[in-house]
Amino acid sequence: MAREMMYGEAMAAAIIEEMQRDPDVVFYGQNMAMTPRDPMLKLFGRNRVRIAPISETAEIGIAVGAAITGLRPIVELWMNEFMLVAMDQVVNEAPRLRYMSGGQVKVPLVLKAGFGFAAGWAGQHSNCLYHMMMGCPGLKVVVPSTPADAKGLMAAAIRDDNPVVYLHNYMLTLEQGEVPEGEYVIPLGVADVKRVGADITIVATGWMVKKSLAAAERLAAEGISAEVVDPRTLAPLDVKTIIESVRKTGRLVLVDQAPRHASAAAIIAAEVAEHGFESLRAPIRIVSALDTSIPYSEPLENHVLPNEEKIVETVKAVLFKQAVPPERPVEAYLSCPEVQAQAGAHQDGRRHVQHRGASDVIAPVQQVVRGDEYLDGAPERV
Amino acid sequence: MPTSDDLGSDRLIWMYTQMLRIREFEERVKRTFLEHPGAMRGHTHLGDGAEASIVGALATRHETDLVMPSYRCHGYPIVLGSSPCKMMAELYGRSDGLCRGFGGSMHLADPAHHFPGTSGIIGQSIAHATGAALTAQVKNTGQVVYCFFGDGSTKQGAFFESLNMAAVWKLPVVYVLENNEYQAYTHISLEDANHLAGDPLSKKAAAFSIPGITVDGTDPLQVYDAVLAAADRARAGAGPSLIESKFYRLSAHGNAINVPPAPTQFPEHEAVGVYGKKSEYRQAQAADPIPRFRDELMRKGMLADAEAQRIADTVRCEMDDAVQFALASPPPAPEEATNYVYA
Ligand SMILES: Cc1ncc(C[n+]2csc(CCOP(=O)(O)OP(=O)(O)O)c2C)c(N)n1
Ligand SMILES: [Mg+2]
Repeated sequence: MAREMMYGEAMAAAIIEEMQRDPDVVFYGQNMAMTPRDPMLKLFGRNRVRIAPISETAEIGIAVGAAITGLRPIVELWMNEFMLVAMDQVVNEAPRLRYMSGGQVKVPLVLKAGFGFAAGWAGQHSNCLYHMMMGCPGLKVVVPSTPADAKGLMAAAIRDDNPVVYLHNYMLTLEQGEVPEGEYVIPLGVADVKRVGADITIVATGWMVKKSLAAAERLAAEGISAEVVDPRTLAPLDVKTIIESVRKTGRLVLVDQAPRHASAAAIIAAEVAEHGFESLRAPIRIVSALDTSIPYSEPLENHVLPNEEKIVETVKAVLFKQAVPPERPVEAYLSCPEVQAQAGAHQDGRRHVQHRGASDVIAPVQQVVRGDEYLDGAPERV
Repeated sequence: MPTSDDLGSDRLIWMYTQMLRIREFEERVKRTFLEHPGAMRGHTHLGDGAEASIVGALATRHETDLVMPSYRCHGYPIVLGSSPCKMMAELYGRSDGLCRGFGGSMHLADPAHHFPGTSGIIGQSIAHATGAALTAQVKNTGQVVYCFFGDGSTKQGAFFESLNMAAVWKLPVVYVLENNEYQAYTHISLEDANHLAGDPLSKKAAAFSIPGITVDGTDPLQVYDAVLAAADRARAGAGPSLIESKFYRLSAHGNAINVPPAPTQFPEHEAVGVYGKKSEYRQAQAADPIPRFRDELMRKGMLADAEAQRIADTVRCEMDDAVQFALASPPPAPEEATNYVYA
């Protein structure tokens, strides 16, 4: 039996069902369960459902301590940025304790947070931070894109014996979909093909899955068959499903709401470049946010974030080897005017730019991967 | 030592005017959600109810003293001399905004007016303000830093770590803890240990062995006296103080959090909307600091009806202009988004 549910509701349903199933699961966070009318509070009481002050370091640290001694805490963090004030607990405590104890302890906890609120929340409340959590062996990172996945992955996260960062995209909160009723657990580390296609693979997470599916629909109207793969769990990553898709289509576009550098997309692209190189018939392309903070004003925000249009264009560029500008010209990286001036002054484009910061790394790249030239000149490899 | 008793009527009327300017600005912001839905994005937080506390504190400033509040930041720059037009344009996300449309309501900054910037992450700006006090100390500028933060923020590590360091290094900073009884939707009785024990929040100062005092934040003169003493102490090199200023925010925490295109506006105050305590909210409205201070000035014979009316009219025009300016300002060009990533 399945029921229409919103993404946000589906997560809550999983938490309730798991709390009913396992008395060791506790749930707390800021600005929740404030009055006796709260449904969670009514069901489970103050012993298991608590309200926390604005103390993320303690909230998450307490979850770690409780987890290694027999509870299975879920911490409601609301926005993924708030986890950053407790980065030590997330990155250097929770995922380390089991390993450092030689496998003696386990740390079953869930850090639940929203992300990617692309609605004018500006620099400190709209970010996508999953890539920052992907490089922490021992930590699992879950990013559901549909109501059904929201439920099944939450149940799995709660049952998992490891610390799990469960990140839900704010833009999907009201998204409706069929959700299986009763016990429904989606194993962590298994990707899902959201749309079957033959010509190109699009790998996307979170809200970008929705955008990619919409782009695929438009492409279909033009006779292009795109396959959309959602990893669902970024750590551990289901490389196999992605490679299998690329073997079939021979082409890969990745869509990521986070900035490009060190993005989840870049990591997946590297896996495909290493393990699926023979299957690739065109260079891999990433459609991501620009390497900026998220600006407040709407036209600025729209410019920074990926969208359906950019996905469609990029897919066509990969398929038809059009010499359209790469999703972001390399010059865009050189946003600092002095760097731009300096880079321009070096006619051959090879001279190392003597400047601070990322420009040192970026400048030499300029002459290596002029995306459009590379696309034009790339030999067909079937 | 001078106190608020030494303030002349000009200065008191200036203070009243500033309080009114903050209120009028905030009312325009709130009304925008009805009159121009979609014009303000994200999350906007108002300072109505805080006017007496803000103005009472800032009236003690020396010319170059710095001011560093939290994300609920509209009131302070208004007093410091920032342009309400540019502030409003920023909230509308326009190119003439104070931060060129990059920051929005939570992140106003105007260094030219001694307002170096704000953070939307609770508690973190307490450390920034403490760092500004380090600059003042190292460079021996004679400046004092005025650091404002909410009751909820005192549950962050940054609060404890900063106050301890400021005390150890004797930094010239005044910490104003704005206790409005709520952190977002949560009442203080659900989360503050001092409050639960029946103690004032200023007791937290005892943990760092610095002066801690609680004042009625709806009375600008009480706030003035406490902050003046603390600022003098800081300027004299004796280190930080903690002042708990108690008032009540008169609007909800912020506009309702919705996923676009669903519209958003200010809901009822949490006292009513979450806890069903209408009488608590009515009481707070009755203690509104603005009419209270106006009546006090009138009682003292410092403010006549006609003068009060003239001030109200001027302030209303000023803030109407701010809205018109914001509406007329063009949006930023999309490509500008890649500016300002690095210095
Ligand atoms: C580290 C962090 N956790 C949570 C939040 C979400 N949040 C935004 S405002 C707020 C309440 C702050 O309350 P308080 O400090 O009392 O200030 P007030 O809003 O009452 O002025 C919370 C919890 C945040 N911005 N940063
Ligand atoms: Mg508060």
